[in-house]
Order: sequence, then C-alpha cells, then structure tokens
Amino acid sequence: MPDVTHSLTAAHQLAYTYKRSLGPVLGRFFTGLRDKQIHGVRRADGKVFVPPREYDPETGDAMEEMVAVADAGVVVSWAWVKEPRPSQPLAKPFAYALIRLDDADTPLLHAVDAGSEAAMSTGMRVKARWIDEPAGAITDIACFEPG
Amino acid sequence: MSESEERKPVEVLRTPVVLDYTYSAGQSSSRHLRAFGKGKLLGQRCPVDGRVYFPSRGSCPQHGVPIEGEPVELPDRGTIVTYSVNRVPSENIDLELPYAAIQVLLDGADTILFHVLGESSIDDVHMGMRVEAVWKPEEEWDDSVANIRYFRPTGEPDTPFDQYKEHI
Repeated sequence: MPDVTHSLTAAHQLAYTYKRSLGPVLGRFFTGLRDKQIHGVRRADGKVFVPPREYDPETGDAMEEMVAVADAGVVVSWAWVKEPRPSQPLAKPFAYALIRLDDADTPLLHAVDAGSEAAMSTGMRVKARWIDEPAGAITDIACFEPG
Repeated sequence: MSESEERKPVEVLRTPVVLDYTYSAGQSSSRHLRAFGKGKLLGQRCPVDGRVYFPSRGSCPQHGVPIEGEPVELPDRGTIVTYSVNRVPSENIDLELPYAAIQVLLDGADTILFHVLGESSIDDVHMGMRVEAVWKPEEEWDDSVANIRYFRPTGEPDTPFDQYKEHI
C-alpha cells in the first residue's frame, strides 16, 4: 500500500557554458561593437550583409571586406513582446524587430524600446542605444529606439 | 585588465545555453530522499522477482509493475562494481582532481549507486573493493544523497567477481 507523501521539488538548472571562436569576420563585428560601431561585410557586387556572414549564402564564396555602417535604420518587420521573459533584452514590453541599417542590405535582429505596441510600425526609423561600457557583444547595443 | 589587453580584438564569444527547470521527484524518490535526511538508505523490492532497487523509482523497469511493498533498509556499505578516474575539471564539480567516480553495489541491493571515492589513492581503486559511506555532520543533512560526502575503503577483503558480475 503506497503511503501518500508530498513530492519533493528542487530548482534544477541545466546550463551549457559554450564559448565559440569568432574568426576574422565575426571577430571584427564584435570588436567593432566594443567601439560602438556596427560592421557589415561587402560582397563583390556591393551588397552589404549586416550582421556579417563569412560566406556568400548564394555562391558559398568567402567574404572578407568589412565596412562600417550606420547605427540607425528602418524596421522592416517586428513582433511585440507583451510579457518579457527574464533572459530577454528588456524587462518591459518591447518589440523584436528586423532592422535594416542605413548602408546595409540585410536586416539585423534586435529589440526596439518603443514604449507601446501602437508606437511600432513597419518602416519606422530607429537608432541604436548603446550601453556605457561595451565589451564586444551584441548586448553592447541595449536596444534600438525610435528616432 | 590593462589598456592594451582591453584593445585586443574580440576573438571568443561566450554563448551559454541555460534551461531552468523545477524538478519534481515524485513519491518514491521523495521517500528515498527524505530517508537520506534521516541517515537511512531505503530500497524497494520488486514484487515479481524480489530484486532490491536502490534508489527506487516506484516501479520495476524490468517487469513494468508498481513497487509498493515495505521499503528495505540497506547498510551504508558495499562493493565498487566499476569506476572511472576523472582528471578533467568541471565548473560544477567541487572535487580535487583526480578523483574516482564509483558505482557502489550496497550490500543487499541489486542496483548500483553512483558516488565518489575518498580517503584513497586513485592508484588503489579497483573493482570488488569494499567501501563504506562517510556522512557529513548531521547538522548539515538535507533530503539529499549529498549527505554522504563520499565512500572510503573499509580494508575488508575484496568481494569475489562472481558475486557482483550480474550488477555491473
């Protein structure tokens, strides 16, 4: 006969402490962020990929020519996050957005602190808000904001 | 960090993946863990063939039946049936290297307990070695297998291979 007892519970964190080597292209991108600059990579035909890719997604050719782009651009797509989770970029409601920076041809995924969903629109201009002490990570950009 | 080190190119990115769970032990494991909190080791007997599972999960994986009988109290000593020497540090394991991870068949049990060996050189660890539990001070006990700090050799003669070969 089973004796009914309350089950014990415990917090259990499963974590993989990955580190990855960046290589020259992504290394330049993250080194640039530390200087509050965003870099893309330029293909032979002039198309600029931001974030940079090491290889052309169409031909597989290596791409190496790094170029600085603006830290402001246009929202091309977005989704509103009503209830942010602890690991997300902002503690208050925000938008995840694909942002095509000026001088770039591909969009970058980041957070937009617009205050409210009503303030978000496709085509709106946004500008990066940098943290005070950038360390060489995508989180050096706290988020983008309208402007 | 010096100014020159700060200006080195960024070459490595930390990308941890973290999953936060609330683990629920269930009735059988809860009873087993609470027994640890009282310094007792409780196994359970399969109603079909009488094998003693330690720790028990509340059902027999071989026969697919619930294990509901009275718990079987086991002694805190047994035999190392197999082991592995670990020389690689890990962020979440606070043990001096190298150490031996051991699988202990407690006397009277039919399944093995995973633990570590203490008070012994890794050159001495071997299959068949007799060991006993070294408990933490009682005031530090929790409902946890970690109440046993490690197992140490008893100095008794080895258990013959034939007596534990079915349990490796």
